[in-house]
Amino acid sequence: MSSDSQRRATPTPAAVRTVDAIVVGAGHAGLAMSHALSGHGIDHVVIERGEVASAWRERWDSLRLLTPNWQTRLPSYAHESHDPDGFMTRHEVVAFLDHYARRISAPVSTGTEVFAASREGDGYRLTTSRGRFQCRALVLASGAHALPHVPGAAAALPASVASVTAHDYRRPERLDARHVLVVGASATGVQLAHELLRAGRQVTLSVGEHVRMPRHYRGLDIQRWLHAAGVLDQRYDQVDDIVRARHVPSPQLAGTAAPGLLDLNALRDLGARIAGRLVGVADGKVHFSGALRNHCVMADLKLNRLLDALDRWALEHGCPAPLEPERFAPTQVDASPPLALDLGKERIDAVLWATGSRPDFGFLRVPCFDRQGRLRHDGGVVDAPGLYALGLPFLRRRKSTFIHGAEDDVRDLSVHLARFLDRVSGASRAVGAVGEPLMGPAAR
Amino acid sequence: MQPAKKIVRSEIKANNGVDVDALLGARQALTEQPAGAAFKWRATCTWVNGTHARTSVHKFFGLGTEQAHKKDFILDADHPEIFASEDNGPTPVEYVLAGLASCLTAGIATVAQHRNIQLRSVKATLEAGMDLQGILGIDPEVRNGFDGIKVTFDVDADASREDIVALVAQSQKRSAVFDVVTNPTNVSVDVR
Repeated sequence: MSSDSQRRATPTPAAVRTVDAIVVGAGHAGLAMSHALSGHGIDHVVIERGEVASAWRERWDSLRLLTPNWQTRLPSYAHESHDPDGFMTRHEVVAFLDHYARRISAPVSTGTEVFAASREGDGYRLTTSRGRFQCRALVLASGAHALPHVPGAAAALPASVASVTAHDYRRPERLDARHVLVVGASATGVQLAHELLRAGRQVTLSVGEHVRMPRHYRGLDIQRWLHAAGVLDQRYDQVDDIVRARHVPSPQLAGTAAPGLLDLNALRDLGARIAGRLVGVADGKVHFSGALRNHCVMADLKLNRLLDALDRWALEHGCPAPLEPERFAPTQVDASPPLALDLGKERIDAVLWATGSRPDFGFLRVPCFDRQGRLRHDGGVVDAPGLYALGLPFLRRRKSTFIHGAEDDVRDLSVHLARFLDRVSGASRAVGAVGEPLMGPAAR
Repeated sequence: MQPAKKIVRSEIKANNGVDVDALLGARQALTEQPAGAAFKWRATCTWVNGTHARTSVHKFFGLGTEQAHKKDFILDADHPEIFASEDNGPTPVEYVLAGLASCLTAGIATVAQHRNIQLRSVKATLEAGMDLQGILGIDPEVRNGFDGIKVTFDVDADASREDIVALVAQSQKRSAVFDVVTNPTNVSVDVR
């Protein structure tokens, strides 16, 4: 392994660009990290497969942020809105992040797909669609939701039934179906079920473990509560079971000021049929678990425990909410929810998979995964030298996947990264590396 | 999304006869050695006479090696006299109810111990509906098995009603038999 000074002395082949750090992904987390790295004077490049905020350009049309505008901020950058309690559309999120990238002069290399990243010398070698890169520190910021997760049962669906993921879905008119089986009741599943019902489609919703949550409680947006009570700031090393906490489904919320809950009761009232967790597809039939009632009881219990905690917090801190405490009606469950449905007889034309998503680390040829294929990391410090992750569920804090959650995580991890570079390269990093961007900012 | 809370084990006063520390130790050990978590449960059943069959449960496999119960447990199953049987034991479907109830009850004791809740009594009452037109082949639209199972728990414990409901809910979430009866299982039956 050549020492750093030798590497610097020997001209690297023109095809390999050498920087101190590379950030993969120019979404909110990658851009916030770029801002922090510039602040530390670390020479870096942000590699982006598409354009800035590409994930937000590739979602369903009606998608809005789940966090209100007052909460949507990035390091040195807040949303300037006349409507602090509104929710950005996905197009507004794209514009917000585009503007941020320009404002911080982020050195983004757009249209650059990473094919492979592996250990090379004292750092990482990246092979991309726009040449090779070499870096000592690598930050994975390509998002927690890069790939849709679809259960294996999907493969057994008859060819006559359309199988669509929430990543591919855009709007009801583009889905040629009168009766849709929506699988999954997290934020995505309930939002899409609601939209399809409103568009006059028949909807059956398959529901497993879920998190029931009101948009407003006692006259305040739920995010006001979670923010004020410090729930979002809980650290990964403070919770009892971090593996479980990282797998909690997203709450049944939508980015809307509309009153009421977007829960199973509301969807039933609009005509949805509720079934248990989808457990299999065979011979043209879908099969559901008989455990729906318990999943609903657990969601009701957890909701009430959360509201108890918020009421207690308000009382202890003398924070009067506009309205008195209330409890919501328990989730209604049919006496005998369907255990199996014949897709043909029910005339189910499409199955919409809202069954979660996964990060895409397929390019990473580094032994830093556990048996389940999950990244091994301690609060974003990956189990490989100079490797970091951002934006994964409960990475360092409960808010780690939120836009505003990036600030604290990026501060912690960029300090760690800067110390790492200082340790491995001594003073050499300072040579000609005062935040000089490798490429121009992401000009549009 | 609960505020962080960690139960300090030394503060646990409840005693439901469950060694939670041993279970947590096993959980930790099997997280590190997942091969040891692969268990095989076994039973042998021999026909006695009529609808009377006798099942023996003794050996099983787990923690990477052959294991055995303290003794050979014998379970007689039969059908009641109104089925023109001799009623030498519960019906097989009643064993299913026994399995479900005892699994949930064991879970309640374990979860209660873990949550520092002292139990005084736990009683499950079960009822499962069945339309005999299924097994008698009268109506092909009627399934052989239960059309539903209703379990009612009476729990006397040092806890609020909500905490008791949460105990019962968590025991379902972690119950093997609840999973077996609520979700499909591939069953292969061969003849030697």
